[in-house]
Amino acid sequence: MTEPRNGSGTDRRRFLKGAALAGAAPAIAATTSVTQAQVAAPRHIPSALPPNAHQIAAETHAPGPIENRIGGKPGSDFMVDVLKTLDIKYTPSNCASSFRALHESIINYGENKAPEYLSCMHEESGVGMAHGYFKITGKPLMTMVHGTVGLQHATMGIYNAWCDRVPVIIIGGNDLDAAARPPGVPTFHAAQDINTIVRDYTKWDDMPTSLQAFAQSMVRGYKIAMTPPYGPVAISLDAGLQQEPIGAHNSGLYIPKFTMPSPPSGEMGAVKDAAKMLLAAENPVIVADRAARTPNGIRLLVELAELLQAQVVDQGGRMNFPNTHYLARGAAVAAQADVILGLELSDFWAVVNSYTDNGEHGIGYNSAKAKAGVKLISISSVELLTKANYQDFQRFQSVDISMPADAEATLPALIEAVKSQMTSERRAQNDQRAEKAKKAFADIRARETAAAAVAWDASPISTARLCMELYNQIKDEDWSLVASEGNVSNWPNRLWKMEKHHHWLGRSGGYGVGYGAPASVGAALANRDLGRFSVSIQSDGDLMFAPGVLWTAAKHKIPLLSVMHNNRAWHQEVMHVQRMASFRNRPSNYGNDAGPIGTMIQNPDIEYHKLAESMGWWAKGPIKDPAQLGPAIKEAMAVVKSGQPALLNVWTQPR
Amino acid sequence: MKTLFTLSLLATGLLATSAFAGDAVKGKATFVGKGCWQCHGYEGQGGSAGPRLANTQLPEDAVISFVHNTNGIMPPFSEKLISDAELSDIYAYLQSRPKPADPKTIPLLNLK
Ligand code: HEC
Repeated sequence: MTEPRNGSGTDRRRFLKGAALAGAAPAIAATTSVTQAQVAAPRHIPSALPPNAHQIAAETHAPGPIENRIGGKPGSDFMVDVLKTLDIKYTPSNCASSFRALHESIINYGENKAPEYLSCMHEESGVGMAHGYFKITGKPLMTMVHGTVGLQHATMGIYNAWCDRVPVIIIGGNDLDAAARPPGVPTFHAAQDINTIVRDYTKWDDMPTSLQAFAQSMVRGYKIAMTPPYGPVAISLDAGLQQEPIGAHNSGLYIPKFTMPSPPSGEMGAVKDAAKMLLAAENPVIVADRAARTPNGIRLLVELAELLQAQVVDQGGRMNFPNTHYLARGAAVAAQADVILGLELSDFWAVVNSYTDNGEHGIGYNSAKAKAGVKLISISSVELLTKANYQDFQRFQSVDISMPADAEATLPALIEAVKSQMTSERRAQNDQRAEKAKKAFADIRARETAAAAVAWDASPISTARLCMELYNQIKDEDWSLVASEGNVSNWPNRLWKMEKHHHWLGRSGGYGVGYGAPASVGAALANRDLGRFSVSIQSDGDLMFAPGVLWTAAKHKIPLLSVMHNNRAWHQEVMHVQRMASFRNRPSNYGNDAGPIGTMIQNPDIEYHKLAESMGWWAKGPIKDPAQLGPAIKEAMAVVKSGQPALLNVWTQPR
Repeated sequence: MKTLFTLSLLATGLLATSAFAGDAVKGKATFVGKGCWQCHGYEGQGGSAGPRLANTQLPEDAVISFVHNTNGIMPPFSEKLISDAELSDIYAYLQSRPKPADPKTIPLLNLK
């Protein structure tokens, strides 16, 4: 015998008869009077409200033809009404039964627009795409994940987004009612407190148990995700809530209005103290990690640096500072600083200390690398969001002025404070400092190009050659380097002209390998809509975690030039295992490979060009001769410009 | 000054071809087989994981001593792991690497 759905399920069913035709009414209220709805009565009160026209008709007239078998507008249609108010453009997701109702509503009721469903092969790809997309647009996407297993697949991507301070809206499916849900598979995929899987690395999570609570959760979640420091949020949806019709008990449904929160800025007293300290410094250095949230952040940082004639170390969490500016410097300059201003640093300790992985007994040792007495100023919003379990907060570093605040939002006040405290004597020093800095910058540039020339004609191809052949072809486009995973000795940051926000998007955040491929597809999607040219430097190990995202790019016609840095290894690990063997004074066992067993991706070599081709990409390779690289890139670019993705499998030097 | 510099380059060249016991061909195989390529690149060109070694200005005995004894960021390779003779071969290989072209003559390094 089949049991009826219990509890709230049967409750809702009691309304079916009378509310069948009234089902559309709440949604009309929901979508037409967002502001007015703010003050609507809470859910349990509507029974006291006068019935609306549909309800009167339903009660006083003979029932008309039934619209659909469930007898009313499904809950998930209302969810789509809510999503539409947030203007979420895409939902890259891997389909699954626990959110089948919302899926159906998105593509049919919502006409597959805002959000548009994008087919993914893996939940990690969906999250990674949302991650990359945000870094171009500044707008979050949502990705739907299936019950327990889908959320488990998504976790590494979510952790990367968390560490990289990127908002992603995770919508999970979960069938809560243990007595009513289908036995077997859906029950394996259900959990009592499902978001516990990601609670340690999301800003907030919820499992709303009514449609009204969903509307509040969704808008609240979006707002939390979009308040700096940004971060992922997870909302899990009960299958019953999605599938059942909106009952009459929900007739007061409303959608709360979303207002973009303003970022938290530094307290004025601390800002003035920081300005004073920076002006008094002989050699102030600014170190920025995720400082420029927007293009304006770059402009502000340039203004501050020039006012102070301070050298700037861009750690590359975002594109913070033009590498063509004469004040741009490598990390080493921090060692000479007397004041360091750290902006949204994920690891201030490592700016002033170093760790050498070569100590006695195989354990590394720490040493100070900054000058004694150096003064430290920190502006970081991440301090407003510290959790206990995962260690992304890094080592504790004492500082002299600590502002738990958003750096970009604080920069205008800091610039003003510097201007107002600037004396004419101090201003007079700037010309001399600038002259010195320009000369030093020219010397650095000359050294970089000289280093790039070494092994220029080598095969496998040097990473410098790879990067410069690529830059040569894209430099006159409105280009965007959407990901550079694996390590190409930082040549793009050293030699390309990086000046705009979209020239460099930073890295994964949590160093979870497998970010590059999906993030580049997500960012390329955003760039496609903006008419920009996307290029990625794609490493082999990164691609193989979830290569199915290549198919997603082809399927949804996302143009992307992916040039592989194929060094045929998980190369970081090659060096780690080698290091262990050296410490232990024994030869490293390479088996039949060129490096330690278990670290090489060779014998057989993966034919990435064929892999990409099989999923609808134009592809070519393996390219081992540097002379063939330029022409191949040119060919691939023509394909990308026609709207298709293209991949070049290039055999490269390790780093 | 200029003359001195040329002289010293000449001397290095001479050493690489004749005065060294090392064998550049064997040295290349050892450079790969012992894992030096991993951090220094197959050509000893250097990169983010290790400095350039190709055409090093360091004398041979300094290289040998460094490799055996370093306690900096490079892991040491004891005499058990690599012999002095093998390091001599590696040294010869590193000195046999072609001198890089003047970057001013490489168009891709002079893009506007
Ligand atoms: C795990 C990475 C790694 C491996 C493997 C490695 N090196 Fe190094 N090597 C380094 C780093 C990093 C440095 C810079 C060390 C420093 O500054 O203290 C270095 C420095 C050197 C130097 C000194 C260069 C200079 O100009 O000061 C020599 C010589 C050298 N390595 C030779 C070798 C040889 C020969 C091998 C193989 C037997 C080898 N290395 C293997 C990482 C490595």
